[in-house]
Order: sequence, then C-alpha cells, then structure tokens
Amino acid sequence: MKRLRSATELEGFRQEILAARDPNKPCVTICSGTGCHAYSCERVSQAFTKELKSRGLQGEVDVRRTGCHGYCERGTIVVIFPEEICYLRVQPEDVPEIIATTLIEKKLVDRLLYQDEEGQKIVHEGEIPFYKHQERTVFGSNRFIDPRSIEDYLAVGGYSALAKALCSMQPEEIIGEIKRSGLRGRGGGGFPTGMKWESCRNAPSPAGVRYIICNADEGDPGAYMDRSLLEGNPHSIIEGMIIGACAIESHHGYVYVRHEYPLAVENLGIALEQAREYGLLGEDILGSGFDFDIKISRGGGAFICGESTALMASLEGRIGEPRAKHIHTVINGLHGRPTNLNNVETWANVPLIINHGADWYSQIGTANSKGTKIFSLVGRINNTGLVEVPMGITLREIIFDIGGGIPEGRKFKAVQTGGPSGGCIPESLVDLPVDFDRLVEAGSMMGSGGMIVMDETTCMVDLAKYFVKFLTEESCGKCVPCREGLDRMLDILTDITEGQGKPSDIELLEELGDVIRGTSLCALGSTAPNPVLSTIKYFRDEYEAHVNEKRCPAGVCKALITFSIDEEKCTGCGVCIKSCPQMAISGEKKKLHTIDQEKCIACGLCRDACKFEAVIVS
Amino acid sequence: MDSVREEKVEEVIREYDSSRDSLISILQDVQSEYRYLPESILKLVARKLGLPLIQVYGVATFFKAFSLKPRGKHLLSVCLGTACHVRGAPAVLDEVERKLCIGPGETSEDMQFTLETVNCLGACALGPIMVMDGEYHGQMVPGKVQGTINRCKKSPRGGKK
Ligand SMILES: Cc1cc2nc3c(=O)[nH]c(=O)nc-3n(C[C@H](O)[C@H](O)[C@H](O)COP(=O)(O)O)c2cc1C
Ligand code: SF4
Ligand code: FES
Ligand code: FES
Repeated sequence: MKRLRSATELEGFRQEILAARDPNKPCVTICSGTGCHAYSCERVSQAFTKELKSRGLQGEVDVRRTGCHGYCERGTIVVIFPEEICYLRVQPEDVPEIIATTLIEKKLVDRLLYQDEEGQKIVHEGEIPFYKHQERTVFGSNRFIDPRSIEDYLAVGGYSALAKALCSMQPEEIIGEIKRSGLRGRGGGGFPTGMKWESCRNAPSPAGVRYIICNADEGDPGAYMDRSLLEGNPHSIIEGMIIGACAIESHHGYVYVRHEYPLAVENLGIALEQAREYGLLGEDILGSGFDFDIKISRGGGAFICGESTALMASLEGRIGEPRAKHIHTVINGLHGRPTNLNNVETWANVPLIINHGADWYSQIGTANSKGTKIFSLVGRINNTGLVEVPMGITLREIIFDIGGGIPEGRKFKAVQTGGPSGGCIPESLVDLPVDFDRLVEAGSMMGSGGMIVMDETTCMVDLAKYFVKFLTEESCGKCVPCREGLDRMLDILTDITEGQGKPSDIELLEELGDVIRGTSLCALGSTAPNPVLSTIKYFRDEYEAHVNEKRCPAGVCKALITFSIDEEKCTGCGVCIKSCPQMAISGEKKKLHTIDQEKCIACGLCRDACKFEAVIVS
Repeated sequence: MDSVREEKVEEVIREYDSSRDSLISILQDVQSEYRYLPESILKLVARKLGLPLIQVYGVATFFKAFSLKPRGKHLLSVCLGTACHVRGAPAVLDEVERKLCIGPGETSEDMQFTLETVNCLGACALGPIMVMDGEYHGQMVPGKVQGTINRCKKSPRGGKK
C-alpha cells in the first residue's frame, strides 16, 4: 500500500486503478446493506462465489458486495454489469440459474426482473418506477462501490474534492463555496452549513483547538438514510469531514454513531484505516502539511444524544443531558472548545459541492432549500425504501410515483415527517412541495427525513400516543415541562384510546402542548407536542369519535373494538380456532364460528389467520 | 471478582488509554464480554478511571445499551420504531410476551430468553422487525412468532450481544 503525497500522486493512482479495470468485464454486484442482510444476502454472495468457482469462472467475473440500493423491500438486489441487469428478491437458490442463463448464455431470468402493473418486465435498475423519478446525487454511488474498498471509491472519483480543497483552495474559499451553494443541515434544523462553519472557524480558541463531529446518532425511529450512507459509502463522509476540517482548521474529528448500527461502525472503521494508510487522513494529508484524524464513538442508545449539547456530553463520557445554549456549541462545544457538528448526509453533500461548484448545486431544489434530500419512505406504502429527490418535489410524486401508492387498494390518509419532533400531513395537502419551509408551514418539519405513510387502518390518536410514549421514555428528565408535561399528555392520550376520555381532554392536550413547547430547555421538549397538535389540527374528528362515541374509526384501539365473524364469509375451516391464544373461538367444522367476547383480548391473530377475510373489526 | 475478569476489564481500559472520555465505549466493550454489567465491574471501572461511582452508575443506567441484570441465553428484540409500529409491531410484541411469559426488559426464569424492545434498527423497509440472537427476521406477523422462537431454541449458540 502506498502513501499518496500530493494531488498529482492521487490522480496518478486513480488512473492506475482505472487502467487495471476492464469496464466490459462482467461484474455481479450484490447489495449487502442491512435490509438485504435480513434477506440473506450473505448466502447469495457465498452462492455466487462457490458456483463461479465450480464452473471455473472466478477469474472472468467479478463479484462485488455493495451498500444499500434503497429498494430494500425487494432485497436481495443483484445487479449485473456492464449490462446493468437488475434482479430483485434474489435467493441463494436462484444463483446457479443466473450464472447459467445471464452470465453464460447472455439471456435474462425473467422471473427475477421487476414487473410493472401491466405485466411489463423492466431490465435496468434506473427504469424501475421507484428509481426513475429519483435524483440520486448523494446516494447514487452506493450501488457501484464496495464500502470496504477505497479503490472502488477512488474509481468513481473519490477524494478528488479533497485534493481540490486542500491543494488549490483557501479555507475562506471553501466556506464561501459552501455558503453560496445554499446547503442546509440535514439533521433536522436546516441550519445553513456554510454559516455554521464560518462561526466555528472565527470562534476564539486558546490553543487553536477546534472539533468536528459527524452526527450519526439517527434517533428518528423509522429513518435509516444515515445508516445506509455510512454503511454503503463511508469514504464520502470522511472526505466531507476532512474538507470541513480544513476549512475550519480543526485537527480532531469524531463520528458519533448509534450502537444499534454495528455494520456501519465496522465499515466506517475499515474506511478510516484505509484512508490513513493512503495518507488521506492523519498527518500531512496529501503532502499538504495539514493534519486531521477521526475517531469513532458509539452511542449508548438514547434519542436525546442526537441533540448537539447532549451528544457532546456523552462524548465526554457523561450522561447525555442537554445544556442551555446561550452560548452556541460552535463557540463552546466539546471540552469547552469551538465545535462544528453536522449530520451524516450534510457531510456527504460537501464533496459534491466542492467538485461541481456552488452554481451547479444551487440549481437543484427551491429558493431556500437547495440540493436533494434522502427520505426513508416506509409504513403503509407499496415501495418501501430510501428515496433521494430534489427539494421541492411534491408529496404526491414521492408517495404515488415513487412509492407506488398504498397497498391492498387502501386509501392514503396521512404522512408523518420529521419523526417524533415532526407532525402529520393529511391527504388534503398531498400536493405540498417538500422543502424545509413548506413543511414547517404545514405544522410539521423536515427532520432527518423519515416519511411514514399511513392509510385508513392507522389510528391517528394511537399514533400520537405512540410518539408521546417514545418521547416520555427518551426525555432526559432535566426539566419539568418536558418530563412531567409529556407524562400527563400520555395519561390523557391513554385514557382517550381506552375509552375513558373526557370532552375537555382535547383542549387540555392543546393547552399542555403550548406550555411544553414554550418552556422546555431543548428541542426534544419544545417539539415534542408536534405529533399531538398536528393530529388534533387535521384529525380532530378522530379524537372526538374516541372521546364522544367511544369509537376508534381505524379499528386499532383495542378497548374500543370488537372482533366478530362474518356469517357470509365464514367457511367453518377452523383455522381461527387454532390461532386464538385465549380459546375464545368455537364452532363445528364447516359451520359458522363465533367469538366469545368475554374471552377475546383483541389480539387480532384470528384476523391474520383467516384466509377468507371473515373476521370483522368494529 | 475473579482475577480473570479483572484482567479483562483492565485490558479494555488500557485499549482506551484509561481515558475518562471513553467511559461509554469502555462499558460497551466490557458488556459485550459479559453480556451485562455487574456491580463489581462498575466499581472496578470507576476505580481504574478515577471517576466517582455515581458517574459510572449514572451512565450505565441512563443509556439503554447497558443492562445491570444478567441476560438470558437468547436475546430477542422487537422493533417498536414508527415504521414497524404502523405495520403492526405491537401485536407482534404482544404475541412474544404471551409465548415467553415475560415482558420487555425481563428474562425468563430458566435464563433462556431476554426480551427487549428497540426503537428502529434501520431496516424499516422490512418491518415489523424482530431480531433473534443478532439475526433479523423481517415482515413479522404474530403467527410467525412461535416458529421463530422454536428455531432459535434449537440453535446451541447464544446471543452475540
Ligand atoms: C432530540 C433531538 C434529537 C436529534 N437527533 C439527531 C440525529 O439523530 N441526527 C442528527 O443528525 N441530528 C439530530 N438532531 C439535530 C442536532 O442537534 C443538530 O442540529 C444537527 O446534528 C446539526 O447538523 P446539521 O446542521 O448538519 O443538520 C437532534 C436534535 C434534537 C433536539
Ligand atoms: S426538554 Fe426534555 S429532553 Fe430537553 S433538557 Fe428538558 S427534560 Fe431533557
Ligand atoms: S439494503 Fe439492500 S437495498 Fe437497502
Ligand atoms: S422502525 Fe423498525 S426497523 Fe426502523
């Protein structure tokens, strides 16, 4: 392994790598992100290696394990280059056929291709509707590179932005470029990144010590783009951080990553090691005289540690309690020094801006929200996964064109954005363009980019209760409005979902929400009422149905629903009898079955078990 | 505490240059060795790092990653993140509780199973997710719970965590 001592050497090395690669040589790429791991991509990959070897083809076909492609629901995803044939839901058993048919006979395995509604087969990844409407500038490289190979990253132009920034730009110029690009932080608040860097650079520091941190705590339950970036393209984040360090003149960096993400920690660790070996990290980076290194710190599983001051406390080995931010962390952060914290996705945008320029970048997006954003499109939607779209795209395009609408012919009801700090956006606002400001106007926020789609079977009161419960558990407990106020909100919501709600409860929730919002110390507390207030705003009738009629319109709240069996549909097959843990169902074979309401605990197992949809919820 | 344990803890602390900043990482590494953090280890870590026990204890109880109670042979976590929630995770959890006769955070009497809940494992597209000894099971429904538990019982290997 050689140490690269200048930008020229880096370029030379890149050319060497490219020269040694034949773009026409067949290459099988297997997605090995966390989603596909759950679909046994490990065994698919082993099957390829073994089968190629047994056919004596190991020298003629490359096998590459990449990061997440985004379409996780259809994993394991296998793409065969150079034709870019995309196979979905590949199982280990499919591998011999893929090799025999596609790699040897050069024919397609039809059943593994994407099939659209009209039954048309689609061969190339980019033409699948899920991908067609996306703009994958940040996330796009994931599918070409093995995250454990720095050579792969270099082959797609990696570290060229670093060379440019380090060797031909002044720190002020770098900051100027980021400012002009209009990049805003992707971690939630949307703070202008260039301005943050500038304040940190200009903040006085006794020994000139400044810190750079990458926030990979990704606490929003239901969002996983940071994970997929770190796992699938760790070098892009490292490169962004080194550029930032150079602009801010920092020599120490940290990546604070959730402990629930072992694969991200592993891949990042390997990437850091490789970058050091090549002289791209550590002392005298690319012979420029600039020193910077990065350490990994694993979080302890507390949502609040995503908040800047709590994160820094936890980096110092203390419990993660926020402090008041009279003095911002860019001035007084980690160990009392100026500290610049940015989100994973923010860092990943930096090399793109430096490479292509602020003018190119600011063409994408809306007036005040530039670039693309990765969303985690999950919940009650046909195509679940990660989608990267330009800012300003409408919810309708995301949910229907990319997401393919709602499964089982159900009706779209609402989408929750911004995680526990965000809010619900109802169907009536489906043409809302998605950017930082418009989401706030609608009573929600961008947050980190979770987008949880709900249909008519989702109860909005139950959802609000879910978020409040999550936040009560995650509140650090330092201040009263958040700790006690949320607890009270949870009590009230629990009463409502259990049919004990009083008519005055809804107003009480609104009042409590206002107080918590106005008086909490940190943003966890001050945004915590959002899910409740936004669901009351748009779905007040559902709250009223729970309170006044003791009815859950979506059929979710257990205390308010009963299960019964439809006389017309029941065939008397007996499957539900076996499924019931309470032995509440009786009936003879081939005769109508009935549910004993005394014994029923509304677990819903019989409904899942019945093939004839004869179990009705009312 | 036996000397083997003590040595192991010291080794971990050395890896982090006895840095107090690394308290969380140190506890994580020690826990991955013993699967939980017994009181004696907390005391030892505090002594070695020159920290008050209350700070070590505070950290060990504040963060969800740590357990102060011994865990069972198999670790089962049910994801209750938002994506999994709207796809029916609560019903899956209910069924697991019924089958194992324990609630979240509890360990069965025979020390076979520990049940935990997590908020998002980053595999939301496959929700509801259940993780059994480090292995992900996607698109869970209550009906699949028993089978998954049975398969796990047969495997000799305990949880990795
Ligand atoms: C309760 C709470 C949780 C947060 N969680 C995260 C998180 O998981 N990831 C993240 O990047 N930012 C999170 N943030 C926002 C950070 O405090 C911070 O604003 C952000 O990391 C700054 O980076 P950016 O400017 O690149 O967005 C959270 C904020 C709060 C109040
Ligand atoms: S608002 Fe809540 S989370 Fe934030 S400091 Fe106060 S108690 Fe802690
Ligand atoms: S993990 Fe394979 S597509 Fe996301
Ligand atoms: S919400 Fe369960 S994996 Fe994300």
